[in-house]
Parts: sequence; structure tokens; C-alpha cells
Amino acid sequence: MNTSVPADWYLLLSAALFTMGVIGFLSKRSLITVFMSIELMLNAVNLSFVTFAHEWHAVKGQIFVFFVMMVAAAEAAVGLAIIIAIFRVRGTLTVDQIDRMKL
Amino acid sequence: MNEPMLFLPLIALFPFTGFLLNGLFGSRLPKALVSTIALLFPLLSFAVVARAAWMVHGGMLLPMAEVGTPTWIAVGSFHVGFQFVLDQLSLVMLLVVTGVGFLIHLYSVGYMEHEQGYWRYFAYLNLFLFFMTVLVLAGNYLLMFVGWEGVGLASYLLIGFYIDRKSAGDAGKKAFVVNRVGDFGFLIGMFLLIANFGTLNFHQIGAQLTGHVAISGAAATLICLCLILGATGKSAQIPLYIWLPDAMEGPTPVSALIHAATMVTAGVYMIARTHALFDLSPTALMVVAVLGTATAFFAATVAMVQTDIKRVLAYSTISQLGYMFLGCGVGAYSAAVFHLMTHAFFKALLFLAAGSVIHGLSGEQDMRRMGGLRKAMPVTFWTMTAAVLAISGFFPFAGFFSKDAILAAAFQHGTLGKALWTVGLITALLTSFYMFRLWYLTFLGEPRSAVHDNGHDDAHAAHAHESPWIMLLPLIVLALLSVSGGWIGIERFAGFLEPVTGLAPVSDAGHTELFLSVLAVLVAALGWFLAHLFFGRDGEAAEQAAQSLAPIRRLLEGKYWIDEIYTALIVRPVQWVARFVLGWVGEWTLVRGSAWLLAGIVGLSGELLRRWQSGNLRSYAAWLAAGAAALLLFALAGTLLGLNGFADSIHWAVR
Repeated sequence: MNTSVPADWYLLLSAALFTMGVIGFLSKRSLITVFMSIELMLNAVNLSFVTFAHEWHAVKGQIFVFFVMMVAAAEAAVGLAIIIAIFRVRGTLTVDQIDRMKL
Repeated sequence: MNEPMLFLPLIALFPFTGFLLNGLFGSRLPKALVSTIALLFPLLSFAVVARAAWMVHGGMLLPMAEVGTPTWIAVGSFHVGFQFVLDQLSLVMLLVVTGVGFLIHLYSVGYMEHEQGYWRYFAYLNLFLFFMTVLVLAGNYLLMFVGWEGVGLASYLLIGFYIDRKSAGDAGKKAFVVNRVGDFGFLIGMFLLIANFGTLNFHQIGAQLTGHVAISGAAATLICLCLILGATGKSAQIPLYIWLPDAMEGPTPVSALIHAATMVTAGVYMIARTHALFDLSPTALMVVAVLGTATAFFAATVAMVQTDIKRVLAYSTISQLGYMFLGCGVGAYSAAVFHLMTHAFFKALLFLAAGSVIHGLSGEQDMRRMGGLRKAMPVTFWTMTAAVLAISGFFPFAGFFSKDAILAAAFQHGTLGKALWTVGLITALLTSFYMFRLWYLTFLGEPRSAVHDNGHDDAHAAHAHESPWIMLLPLIVLALLSVSGGWIGIERFAGFLEPVTGLAPVSDAGHTELFLSVLAVLVAALGWFLAHLFFGRDGEAAEQAAQSLAPIRRLLEGKYWIDEIYTALIVRPVQWVARFVLGWVGEWTLVRGSAWLLAGIVGLSGELLRRWQSGNLRSYAAWLAAGAAALLLFALAGTLLGLNGFADSIHWAVR
């Protein structure tokens, strides 16, 4: 069965996606972009989960992915609501200007 | 099993119930109910005691032990229980404590009627009775010590009863602290008893002493000296008597109950209770006798020049307690207890009558501003007269019999005894003198308050009024007891107490005794005569005599400056140590230093960590990423370096 793509490639793709997510998470100024970077990281992890599940014939990893997707959906709903609320109050979504998160 | 029940624990528990009821709810109850509670429970207690006395009279065998809870403390072979024991000695004490105690409660209802904190007063008074009965009934030293400390507490609370007066609070503290010194001796004595006998039970120690003398004379002396220190604290003897005169800051019925009739006799009771040990140590007995005689004489001299009516009585109490110590010291324990009993009657009466005078004069305590009260307060006058005659030792009043018994026992106690007897006789003269001085100044002559009136407009000896019947009734009962309390005679009394206190010293032929008695009465009469000379008509003779003896008078009025000497020698150094050594080393360096150090560390780390919390979202994100990276590195390093345990745990966590 040499026709299938090797697992390493998937993992490399996953690592690349995750790294892009991290870089975006750290460097982007728009809150929306930061948020999208987080989603990107989550999906990168999902990809590696699926890969390992396929490789080791363990269905656990697949199930875990569903959990992550579910949590991601909930997080997206809540996160977007927060972002809208912040925008209403502050009138901006630039991360550096949202610096009130301290006591 | 048809043993008669004595319900001994009830004797103590009744007043305690009264204390709980009044102490917890008294502030919300009407006055009448508070008085009812306060009177009912001591009366019930007295009824139980009286019933026990009746059963003993009917031939019941003593001692009776009733154990409340078998074991209190059990360490190895050492056991202490809640033993309540009734024997002849504790029966006499209980009759005095609950009987006189109830009378004084009754009197207090009248005396304290207009005072703030009426319920508080009676709660404390019942608490005192509880602890005093525990002290008397206790079957071992430790339980006795519980009562001992408890009466000290009640005494402290009642001395400082007038909480708005600083002097009252100071006097309470003084009493408490001075008693601590004595209690220290008592405690050390108890430890030595445990070391030597392995038990604190009176009965077991007595059995060991009679069985085979397993204790050396030196050890017995040491234990006794420690116990004597305890007794001098509680019974206000040299060197620890100084708290008692100040204790007069409390309400007068308290002075009567605690600082005259009952609590201060606890030391005498303790020595009589443990006489088996004292009998082994002639040295300790001699110390007791000499201390007692010295105190008796010393306090009597001070009493002669006091002007506050209660302070005269306070010094008189110290002096009479000295007689009791003298009795114990010459081995005449039954005579000492006899004097304890009669003294409880007449001294309680003296205090209550003085209280009646103070009450009638709206709080005036200075005898120089009294005078001529005989007409205004006839009942008080006549009862007081009975008490004065009793304490002076006139035949056939109670004090004559008991004081005579002590002096006779001292006279027959060797050479030292003769010397002590002489001092005791001189003290009897002084006693008679200062008591009649009080009598003359208070009741006879003309009312003097107008003469020296300097601001106290409310106190007028001329407008004094007799006290209400509820105060006079106890006076009359106590007056009857002061007259007749000694008629039982020392022989029968000693015979009754013999199972506890052992045989009284054998008396000589009747001639010596008769001679001594006559001499004692003559001396008392001489004291009266002198007082009459000085204070009978006016104060002029007394003034002239005082002028000629000015240095002695100053010495006496300064009370030998004992308080000042103690302040200089003990209080100041202790305060200095407390302030400078403990204050600087302990307080500033250790306590505050460590507090500052800890607070500084926390504050500094907080200051540093605070900067971390910048509020910048991206810095948080960076730290998050850095943390994740560090964790990854950690796991990777662990795997690469072969730290399997750690790597496994990471794997496990991930899986």
C-alpha cells in the first residue's frame, strides 16, 4: 500500500500549521487574527491526533478530535462574543491597546 | 447495699447552676428573679450540707467518699479522680461556707440593691461558692487546687466589681498576681508530692505516712515549705499578705464572705487537711507558727491607726488568720479550725455591720467622719457590739473560746511556744484596742461628718438611717452565732475533729488553763480600757498620745512601707526586666523583627511579580508560549537523557 501519503508528511504539515499559529498568535495585532491563529493551532493538533490514530490503529485519537472540535466551537462562540463586546466598549481591536487585563 | 446517699456533688453543683443561670440570662431577668436564683441555690446547697450533718449526727460513719467521675487524669500508675470526700473537717468547713455564705447572699440583696450589674454580682458570688465547696470537698490536692484557683478567680472578679474604678481593677490584679506567687509554691509542692508518693490523694498519702514513713524529713520539710508558701498567699500571711487590704475595694459583702469568712481561711484548711505531713517536719511547723504570730502582731499594729473602717477589719482579718496559723504551727489543728469557725461568724458579722454603716452613710468609709451612730442604727450597733466583744475575746463570746484554745496550746509548746504565746497575748491586747477604737469612733460620741466635710455632701453621720430588714436579719443570726458559737467548747470540738486532725496536744492541769483564760480576758479588758481612754470622750487624748509617739505612728500609718519596699525590690526590677530585656530582645527583635522580615519578603516578591501582570495581552501570550516550549523542552530532555520516570509521567499525563 505505497500509494498513501506517509504519516511523516502529515506530521510535518501539522507542525508547520502549529508554528504558523504560534507566530500569528504572538505577532498579529488584530484580535481577530490572534483568535484565528488559536483556531489554527487547534486544528494542527487535531491533524496530528488523526495521524497518530490512523498510524497506531487507535480510535481514541479520533474521538479526542471530536472533543477538541466541540470545545473549539464553544470557544469560538464565546470568544467572538467577547471580541464584539470589547469592540463596543473600546472601539478598537488592536491588541496593544487592550492592556487593561491587570488588577 | 443500703448506703446512705449524701449527694455531695450537688453541694457544689447547685451554686454553679445559679452562676450559669444568672451569668447567662441575668442581664435580661427582673431583679426579683435574679435574687431568687441567687438565694435559692446556696440555700439548697446548705440544705444538702445540713442533711449530711444530720446524718452524721445520727451516727453515720465518716469519711464518706463519693466519686463523681472516676478518673480525671491517668498517666501510667498515676491517677487523679474527681473525688468528693466528706469528713468531720470538711463538714465543719461546709457548714461555715454554705451557712455564712447564704446569710451573706441574703444581706447582699439589700446591700447591692441600687448597684449597677446586680446580676453580675450574684453570678460571681455563686461562682465563688461553687469553687469554695469544691476546694473543701476535694479528695485530692489537684481537685483542691481547682477550687483554690477558682476562688482566686471569683475573688479577682469581685474585688474588681466596680469596673468604673481604676483602683478596684488594680486591687483585683494585685490580689491575682500575689496569689500566683503562692500558687507557684502550691504547684511545686504538688509535684514533689507526686515524686515522693506517686499520688495526690489525701487518703492514700495519709495511709502511706501512717503505714511506714517512706519519706525523709528533709523531703517532708521541703514539701511543707512549698505548701506554706501557697497557704500564705491565699490566707494573706507574711510575706504575701499585701493583697488583702487592697481587696477591700470590692463590695463589702464580698469582703465579708471571701476576704474574711471563707476564702482566706483556705490556707489554714489546707494545712489542717495535710497535717500528717506537717507533723513529720518540726521545722515546717515552726515556720508556720512564727509566720502566723509575726503576721498576727504586725497586722494588729497596723490596724490601730487605719482610718478606713474596712481596712481596720482587713488588717484584723490578717491578724486573726495569723492566730490560726499559730494554732496549726503548735499542732493544735482543731483549735485553729475552731478559731476559723468562730472567726467566720464574728468577722463576717463585723464586715456586714460595717457594710450596714457604710450603706447608712451612703458610701462613707472613713471612721473620722462617722460617730454617734448608736441612736440611728440600733440593730447594727448591738450586733456590732457582739462581734467586737467576740473578736476581743471576752467571756462568754465565741472568740474567747477559740483564741484561748490557740493561746493555751501555744503556751504548752515548749520555749518557743512561750515566746509565741507572749506575742499572741500582746496581739490580743492590740486586737481589743483597735476593735474598740473602731467601735467608739463609729457608734459613740457626736456625729463628726459636718466637721471635716470637704466635698462629700451626701455623707452625713447625723442623717444616717438604719438598713432594711433583709440586711439586719443576717446580722442578727450572725450575732447569735458570735455569742454562742464557742459554747460547744474546744474539747468537744477537738473530739469531733479527732479522726481528721489527730489528737490535740494534751492540756496541763486545769489551773494553768484557767489562769491563762483569766489573763486573756484581763488583757482584752485592758485593751477596751485603753481605747476608752483615748477615744471614749473625744479624740484629744488620742491626739496627744499620737503626738508623743509621732515616729511610731508614721511607721504604722505607712504600714511599715511594705508596699513601697516590695515595689522597689520586686515590682520595679520585674518591670525593668519586662520593659528593657523582654521589650527589646523579645518584643522588638524577635516578635516585631520576624514579622517585619516576613512581611518584607512577601511585599518584595509581590512588587516583583506585579510587573509580570502587565495587562498586555501579547506579553501574556508570549509567556504562555514560552511555558509550553519549556514544558516541551523538559519532556524532550527527559526522554533524551533517559530520565524514564519523568518521561513516563509526561506520557501518562498526555495519554
